[in-house]
Amino acid sequence: MIEFRSISKRFADGTLAVDGFSLVIPSHRTTVLVGSSGCGKTTLLRMINRMVDASSGALEIDGENVSSIEPVALRRRIGYVMQNSGLLPHRTVIDNIATVPRLNGVPRAQARARALELMDTVGLDRAMARRYPAQLSGGQQQRVGVARGLAVDPNILLMDEPFGAVDPIVRAELQQELLRLQRELGKTVVFVTHDIDEAFLLGDQVVILEKGASIAQKGTPAEILANPASDFVASFIGAERGKRALHLREVDGRRILVDGDGAVAGRLVEADSA
Amino acid sequence: MTWVLNNLEQIIELTLVHIRLSILPIVVGFLVSIPLGWVAHRYRHTRGLILTVVGLLYTIPSLALFVILPPVLGIPYTSEANVLIALSIYAVAIMARSMADALASVDPDITQAATAVGFSSWRRFWTVEFPLAGPVLLAGLRVVAVSTVSLLTVGVVVGVGSLGYLFTNGSQRGILASVLAGVVATVLIALVFDRVLALLGLWLMPWTRSERRARTSIVDPSRSATA
Ligand SMILES: Nc1ncnc2c1ncn2[C@@H]1O[C@H](COP(=O)(O)OP(=O)(O)OP(=O)(O)O)[C@@H](O)[C@H]1O
Ligand SMILES: [Mg+2]
Repeated sequence: MIEFRSISKRFADGTLAVDGFSLVIPSHRTTVLVGSSGCGKTTLLRMINRMVDASSGALEIDGENVSSIEPVALRRRIGYVMQNSGLLPHRTVIDNIATVPRLNGVPRAQARARALELMDTVGLDRAMARRYPAQLSGGQQQRVGVARGLAVDPNILLMDEPFGAVDPIVRAELQQELLRLQRELGKTVVFVTHDIDEAFLLGDQVVILEKGASIAQKGTPAEILANPASDFVASFIGAERGKRALHLREVDGRRILVDGDGAVAGRLVEADSA
Repeated sequence: MTWVLNNLEQIIELTLVHIRLSILPIVVGFLVSIPLGWVAHRYRHTRGLILTVVGLLYTIPSLALFVILPPVLGIPYTSEANVLIALSIYAVAIMARSMADALASVDPDITQAATAVGFSSWRRFWTVEFPLAGPVLLAGLRVVAVSTVSLLTVGVVVGVGSLGYLFTNGSQRGILASVLAGVVATVLIALVFDRVLALLGLWLMPWTRSERRARTSIVDPSRSATA
C-alpha cells in the first residue's frame, strides 16, 4: 500500500505542482492517475521513488516513510517504465532488461537468463536479445521497458505514459498485454496517462486530477461514469457526448445501443448471456 | 629519393621516436580532461571559467612554454620531459572542452532514466554518461592526436629528436628531400593515429554502428512477428 498524506511540492522556481494531495493506493491493484498536461501526474509518480522529494507531507510505502529510505536502494526495488522507454542506447535488449539485477549484484549469466524469460513474459521474440534499442520499433522498445521494470520482481511498478508514443493499434495491443500481465502478476501498478479511455480500461482505481494535482474524483471506472462528481469530471470523461453517451433505440423489436455521434455501438443483451 | 634511401634507417628511427613521444601527451590529455570536463559539466557555473583557462593555455606559443616550464618545474631545457609536459598541456586544453561538450551531448532523458532505475551517480557516470559521450569524445581525441603529432616536430628546437630534426637538418643543409621526408612521415603518423582511433571507437562503441544501420533494419521482417 502506498499512502500520500497531505503532500505538497513546490519546485525551486516557485511552481506549486502538487498542493495538499492525499491518496491511498491499494496493493496488487492498478491505480491510474489521469489528468491534462501539467496537472502534476509525473511529479506525484516520481515522489514514490524519490526522483522528486515532497516539500511537505508524508509518503509511506507499506507504512514506511520513503524519506527514511536511501533513494538509490528504493529505486532498485521499484519498477519504472517511462514514455520513451528510457532504455540505454549502448546496451543490447538483454542487457537493458538485466540492468537493475546487475546493479544489485546478480551475476551476469543469471541476470541474462532471467532477462530471456522476461522477454517471453512481455511477448518479445528472443531473437531480438542481441539488438540495440535503436534497432527496435517503438512498441518493441516499450515492451523492453516493461520487461526491465519487472526484472527485479518489484512489488510496485510505476508507469509514466508508457504507451503515449506508439500508434493506436500498438497501444491497444500493449494495453491488453498489460492487463494480462497484471492478472498474472498482481503488482501494485501506478499508471499515469492523460487518456481517459486508457484510464478506464486499465484502472481498478481511477484518480482524475486537476491543476496542482487536486483530486476531481476518484473511484472505479463504473462509479465515476455512473456518478460524475462535477461538470469538470463529466466533460473530462465525455459523459454527455460522443461514444460514451449511449442511448437505446428499438429496431425490429430489438434494442440497439447508439452513441452520441449516432453511430451504432452494440446490442443490449441480458448480462448472463454475455 | 636517393637521399631518402640512403638515410632510411635514420628516418625510420626518428619515426619510431616520434610515435613513442606522441602517445604520452595524448593519453595524459585524455585522462586529465575527464575530471576537468566532469566538473565543468556537473557544476555549470564553473564551465565558463574552466574552459576559458584551458583555452588560454592553448594560446601560449610552444616556444614560450619550452622556456617557461623548465625553471618552474626544475627540469632541464633540453629534456624530453620539457616537450612532453608542454604537449600534454595543449592536449588537455583541447580535450577538456571536448569532454565537457561530449558530456553535454548525452540525452538528459537517458541519464534521468538511469537514475530512476537505480544507478548511483558514480556508476551512472562511468557506465552511462561516459560511454554515451564517446562519439563526441572520440572526435576531440582525434584532433588531439593529429595536433600532438604535428606539434611534436617543434621539440627539435630544444634538442628533442623527432621527425622535426629532418626539417631543421634539411633546411640548414639545403636538402629538400629531408624536409619532404619529414613532412610525409609526420602526415603518415597522424593519419595512422587517426585511423587507429576511429577503428578503436567502432570496436568500443558497437551501438554507434547499429544506430547507423537502424534506419534500414527497422523494416526487417522480425518486426511484424511481435508488433
Ligand atoms: N523540475 C521542475 N522544476 C520546475 N517546475 C516543474 C518541474 N517539473 C515539473 N514542473 C512543473 O510542475 C507542474 C506539474 O508537472 P508534471 O510534469 O508533474 O505534469 P504532468 O501532469 O506529468 O504533465 P504531462 O502530462 O505534460 O506529462 C507543471 O506546471 C510543470 O511545469
Ligand atoms: Mg508527465
